Amino acid sequence: MTVSVPLWPAMLGRFGWQDLPFVRAWENPTISEIIGAFAGALVVVGAVVVAALLTRYGKWRYLWTEWLTSLDHKKIGIMYIVVAFVMLSRALVEAVLMRMQQAVAIENPGFLSPDHFGQLFSTHGSIMIFFMAMPFLTGMINYVLPLQIGARDMAFPWANSIALWLMIGAAGLMMASLVVGEFSTGGWSGYPPYTERAFSPGVGVDYWIWAVALGSVGSTMAGINIACTVYKLRAPGMRFMRMQMFAWTSLCTSILMIFAMPPLTVATLLLALDRYLGFHFFTNDLGGNMMNYANMFWLFGHPEVYILILPAFGVYSEVVSTFSTKDLYGYTSLVIATMAIAVLSFTVWVHHFFTMGQSANVNAAFGIATMTIGVPTGVKIYDWIWTMFRGEVRFTVPMLYALAFMMTFVLGGFTGIILAMPPLDYLVHNTLFLVAHFHNMLIPGLLYGMLAGYQYWFPKAFGFRLDERWGRIAFTCWVVGFYLAFFPLYVLGASGMARRTQAIFEPSFRPWLYVAGVGAFVLLAALTSLGIQLWVSIRDRAKTRAEAGDPWDGRGLEWSVSAPPPEYNFAVLPLIDGRNPFYDHKHDKGQPDPYASPAAYEDIVVPKGSATSVVIGLAAAVAAFGLIWEIWGLTIVALQVIVAAVVLRSLGRDQHRTIPAAEVAREHEAWLTRVRATPAIPRQLETAGVNRGLAEIVA
Amino acid sequence: MSEPELAHAGLNLGNTGALTQDQAENAIFGFWIFLMSDAVIFALLFATYGTMIASTVGGPTPASEFKLLPAFVETLLLLTSSATFGRATIAMKYDEPRRVLFGWLGTTLGLGLVFLALEANDFATMFAHGAYPMRSGFLSSFFALVGLHGLHVAVACFWLVVMVAQVCAYGLDARVRINLLRLGLFWHLLDIVWIAIFSVVYLQGNIG
Repeated sequence: MTVSVPLWPAMLGRFGWQDLPFVRAWENPTISEIIGAFAGALVVVGAVVVAALLTRYGKWRYLWTEWLTSLDHKKIGIMYIVVAFVMLSRALVEAVLMRMQQAVAIENPGFLSPDHFGQLFSTHGSIMIFFMAMPFLTGMINYVLPLQIGARDMAFPWANSIALWLMIGAAGLMMASLVVGEFSTGGWSGYPPYTERAFSPGVGVDYWIWAVALGSVGSTMAGINIACTVYKLRAPGMRFMRMQMFAWTSLCTSILMIFAMPPLTVATLLLALDRYLGFHFFTNDLGGNMMNYANMFWLFGHPEVYILILPAFGVYSEVVSTFSTKDLYGYTSLVIATMAIAVLSFTVWVHHFFTMGQSANVNAAFGIATMTIGVPTGVKIYDWIWTMFRGEVRFTVPMLYALAFMMTFVLGGFTGIILAMPPLDYLVHNTLFLVAHFHNMLIPGLLYGMLAGYQYWFPKAFGFRLDERWGRIAFTCWVVGFYLAFFPLYVLGASGMARRTQAIFEPSFRPWLYVAGVGAFVLLAALTSLGIQLWVSIRDRAKTRAEAGDPWDGRGLEWSVSAPPPEYNFAVLPLIDGRNPFYDHKHDKGQPDPYASPAAYEDIVVPKGSATSVVIGLAAAVAAFGLIWEIWGLTIVALQVIVAAVVLRSLGRDQHRTIPAAEVAREHEAWLTRVRATPAIPRQLETAGVNRGLAEIVA
Repeated sequence: MSEPELAHAGLNLGNTGALTQDQAENAIFGFWIFLMSDAVIFALLFATYGTMIASTVGGPTPASEFKLLPAFVETLLLLTSSATFGRATIAMKYDEPRRVLFGWLGTTLGLGLVFLALEANDFATMFAHGAYPMRSGFLSSFFALVGLHGLHVAVACFWLVVMVAQVCAYGLDARVRINLLRLGLFWHLLDIVWIAIFSVVYLQGNIG
């Protein structure tokens, strides 16, 4: 007895059986608890099924050596996007649950308890921002950027992998919160003093803090890596003003990450000091000041909006130019506008709390700064419109997303102008009007962009095209679902309905909530369509092969290599002599043929895979788990593992592999031979089965 | 920028041979960016300290707690350690005998450890006065800012030990050189941050 009593707390921390949703549902079988238990079971069953399938098909070794420990930027990018899709699925289902609750909870308690509803909106927001949007765009940049600037990898492949694994570890914590314990009810922004221990004593806020903190550190590392890659690894002749727009927006996003993620790290860690050690940064008593939290959180939070949106702007620039068969209109103005947005994004954070009591003059300054951001954004919209003007526009799926974005984003921008006026903001703050506004910005401004990029670059990454028909169905559902789900919220918000409401006592809201509920189901259908599209595309991949690598008559350098590209990206680093080197070279007979055999090959050095980055990311998640459950021993061991892994890696040598020139030559020449046997197809047939990835050159 | 060696961000290693400019450039440039993000963290903690300096809630105040003399000694220790680290870097650059390099690195480590010991003593004295971080917002922000700096110095000392082990294991190969250059930058940044701490925290607390 003397041994067993101190042993259990040391091993289990503050865990009790009540922390399992299954036990809670057994003891108190309400619909709300059963849904919670079902979600927890889904995580467990999902993990078991994946593990069983991997064992059944003997793929563990393949997965470990070829993917999980890979330092290849392309594989890391793909893994990021897989994480993003998994998390998107969860957060979208949560959104549907919330819409259902609000639709039925009109003068009625509904089927979700207030606490469960609070966890749902907190996880939905946290996941969509930190674990859907961030991995999606980081993955897209990871995959595309080195190919676009003519680099063989990112500047720091090992740090790249650590950033990925920190993100996976943090996303794993989000999933663990479904199975053990609970999540925060403090919203995605986690405002104290509500999230202080005095008011939220459970593990929920701790899950939020550590998941977000790990994600923010991972994103800072990703930002440093992306910026350094753009600054230092461009191919010979690739001047800044010759980079593709996506490379430019990646650069601006990475600069924002470097400056804006640390405030989030600081805000969350200071909150952790308050909670764990009784500090008084944001408490109500003993000199705490929650306004410091609000300022730091939004010092991150507002640039974050542009971290999310700028890569999508980059995708649209690529897509609009490619599918309008024209050079991007106003390239220079787009570059300047992107940089202007990046700079201005640091000057507007107070507009997230106009109502928190600073003086009217302060609010006015920030309101004006906020409206100013509309100017460079407007420049971009006009540039894209002018790019399409008199172009030969092909309405492929990515182009449809771009068009839907332009229409929808402008509407969201208008409501943003309304919110930027402090007097009007006072009327609609904390209502569904705001919820409608930011969904109106981020769904077209992030999700559509990422989905457009997914459809656009998928053949590059996997060597076959995505199914066009299911892509269109998914597109239609995303757009129709968005309008149905969010435009009613403008009406509701303007009528005074507060956000994050679990039960509604105003019967006149009913029809709007019903429409929004239908919209949520259409959005769920959109996600399902994406799943079907992937399934159909993999099934029919023999018919949509695009190995020659250029299915859309593309302009950037990424289209000049095979699909999927070799590990080293470029057999010979290209010499850049213009803004669209690949496009110009293939279309101008006077220029060197991009499919000609190079004069000579060289040995290429690529990084070997590394298990240390996996260990570091997962150990960080384990350390966080120990902190959440107050299993201090676990945390200490995990931190020691991290230190040991870093030191071991620094002591290791022989971390690179040389691919001999002969092997590069053999692979590249074989590909060139296949390209020469590939039929060139006109753009009009690019979605047909004959498209093998070689564009026809029209004189 | 016509001189290629000027393009190198950091100590010019041009005539030492073991390291190409390209190798050093990416690694050192990336580390500069990291330091910038680290500086943002310190900037935010300085700002937090600035807004909470008056939140003493009847407890210990800056004037009652901050002793200028130990803080000044700590400043001298850190400044000297930057100088000795700089000397170690030069020993690396010109491939001076290994004992010279180790001598200067060891001196740097010693100065860093003495700094940490004095700082720990400061903290212990404050704790004994009842000036601990849970007492007030002011003390929370003080311990977060100065404590984080101390944590950085401790990490840098540990890193220095690891680097000495690396030099023993591999000699001054390209990676060891790069990592020593990075550690040097890290060390100098901590110096700069400390100067700000000395001015904003200790001088302001005594004089302001």
